[in-house]
Amino acid sequence: MTSPTRERAERAPVPTPTAPTSPAGRWRALPAPLRHLLLAVLALTGVCGLVLVTGDLAALRFAAVGYTLLAIAGLQLLVGGSGQISLGHGAFLMIGAYGMALLVLHQPMLPLAANLAIVVAVSAVAGVAVGTATARLHGPYLAGATLILAVGLPGLAHRYHEFLGGSNGLNIRTAGAPPFLQGIVSTSDWRALVVWTTVLLALTVLATISSGRLGRRMRAVRDDETAAAMSGVPVGSTKVAAFVIASTAGGLAGGLQAYVLGTVTPGSFTLALSLSLIAALVLGGIGSMWGALWAALALVYLEVWASDLAGALDLGRDVENNLPVVFFGVVLILVLRFWPLGIQGLVQRLISRRGSSASAPTP
Amino acid sequence: MTTTAGDQLLSADGVTVRFGGLTALDGVGLRVAPGSVVGLIGPNGAGKTTLFNVLSGILRPNAGTLTWKGGPQSGRGPHGLARSGISRTFQGLNLFARMTVLDNVVAGADRLARGGPLSMVTGLGRHHRDERELRSRALAALDRFGVAEHAHRLPGTLPYGIQKQVALARACVSDPELLLLDEPASGLSGRQMDTLAEQIRSFRTSMAVVLVEHHMDLVMDVCDHIVVLDFGRVISTGTPDEVRADPAVTRAYLGASADGPDPAADTAPTPTDDGAAR
Repeated sequence: MTSPTRERAERAPVPTPTAPTSPAGRWRALPAPLRHLLLAVLALTGVCGLVLVTGDLAALRFAAVGYTLLAIAGLQLLVGGSGQISLGHGAFLMIGAYGMALLVLHQPMLPLAANLAIVVAVSAVAGVAVGTATARLHGPYLAGATLILAVGLPGLAHRYHEFLGGSNGLNIRTAGAPPFLQGIVSTSDWRALVVWTTVLLALTVLATISSGRLGRRMRAVRDDETAAAMSGVPVGSTKVAAFVIASTAGGLAGGLQAYVLGTVTPGSFTLALSLSLIAALVLGGIGSMWGALWAALALVYLEVWASDLAGALDLGRDVENNLPVVFFGVVLILVLRFWPLGIQGLVQRLISRRGSSASAPTP
Repeated sequence: MTTTAGDQLLSADGVTVRFGGLTALDGVGLRVAPGSVVGLIGPNGAGKTTLFNVLSGILRPNAGTLTWKGGPQSGRGPHGLARSGISRTFQGLNLFARMTVLDNVVAGADRLARGGPLSMVTGLGRHHRDERELRSRALAALDRFGVAEHAHRLPGTLPYGIQKQVALARACVSDPELLLLDEPASGLSGRQMDTLAEQIRSFRTSMAVVLVEHHMDLVMDVCDHIVVLDFGRVISTGTPDEVRADPAVTRAYLGASADGPDPAADTAPTPTDDGAAR
């Protein structure tokens, strides 16, 4: 399902200890942001190709994979990177999605890029507020506190019915492909490309953070807070930073979702969303940005396949609605039964079995 | 040895720590001169590790002052002390279990990076140069402690003696001015202990060392000054020879003799040398 180029963009944050052969060595000598940006451009070309050769429906699914990937990649940095478990990630998607919808409704003149920038700023502020409040909480206590956020926030849409549209949510119309591209790309194709461009730019930042000094500080805090502090790592602010970065990624993903779907409802940001993001991350593999890609693919396509299956077997409506969840659960259990480190754990095992020469992607 | 607090690298005065009703440290003082090795000994439960935790900022004392290079040291968290040049190892090593040996040591060098928060988030500015410098320093430290070949392994997969060297490398890579070693010799073989003594002596050229240790021969061998704690008080202080000759120390280690239930209470600190203790 995925193009090899897209995989490569995800590869960069995982440092592969290879022998310093001269092209690989020169590649690693480049500054991390540049390296990740080059990979993102490569991946974007791959996605462009895919979007152009496939139809509208596929493009929308690619877009869904894109924003889900961004949301899960943020969660990956938080859970896998800094060891904090958040069950309220869906709440930040909701903040981003409603932020986007409100901006389109009330400030229709703003360009999309400005909307996305504002969404990023708003979710970062929300992340700071929640992150500083929960910085002293550990493990289950943090999970509980963020759980409240995921449960409580959708209620706001009902409470402020006039402003946020109640359970019907908000519907927005955004511009399609620019005039000079009309006839070449459809509106869906264009949206998919906008989403992937944004997502890959954001992933560039996430990968740079994760592979750099801040990511190492987070991992140190995750593994041993006392030893991290005695190495000069400010434990509290590192945890808050991880939380804010994850929330910002979540908010941006929510904004992109609103842009693609054209509708935001409180029903799509329930606790179930937060839980399935975490479950998907576990399925994909905690600890590497690659895991987020498998997780996003699984989350989007398992549901599609389950619905298709229910349709093909001509099962009832109730079965069709619930089959994706059952399907996902069964896959999660099976994968973790055989590969406790998730899909990425399996991939790594396959790679190491094929020998170290295959572990380095050649650009 | 100098006598004024201003010339000391670190001095602690009247440090008192209570855990509920239990007084773990009672008015303890300690002086560490630059380039000296101070040993901290005492029977189990004497308060050595508690004092260590106070010195490294993990524990805030109920009373007492810490002076670091002539300035007050209170109110800063452990990471602040680490950034100002105090490094420590742990009795339980506390290596970062899911990071490679190299990453462990690079994380230890964090205070030497000069980029600000913005460079950390964006990867721009000094970040790339910082990363390269930290990495090469870490590799040099691994080399110095003879564990460079294990750079890409996870600490849990290595023998204990190697892990101890990794922990030392992580503590030393940031060029600290004061190194706190918590039982560095526990679990080491005789030959490894000789190497350790050699290493501690070599640290003296660039940093001061405070050492908590149970192995008396190592302490007597490498320390310039020794402070003996018992029941949270300093019962003796001085050079290894002076401490060895002090009857209060013998009493503390071999148990109280018939003449008094609390040997620490009637033993005034010996005023022989201000260089190591009050």
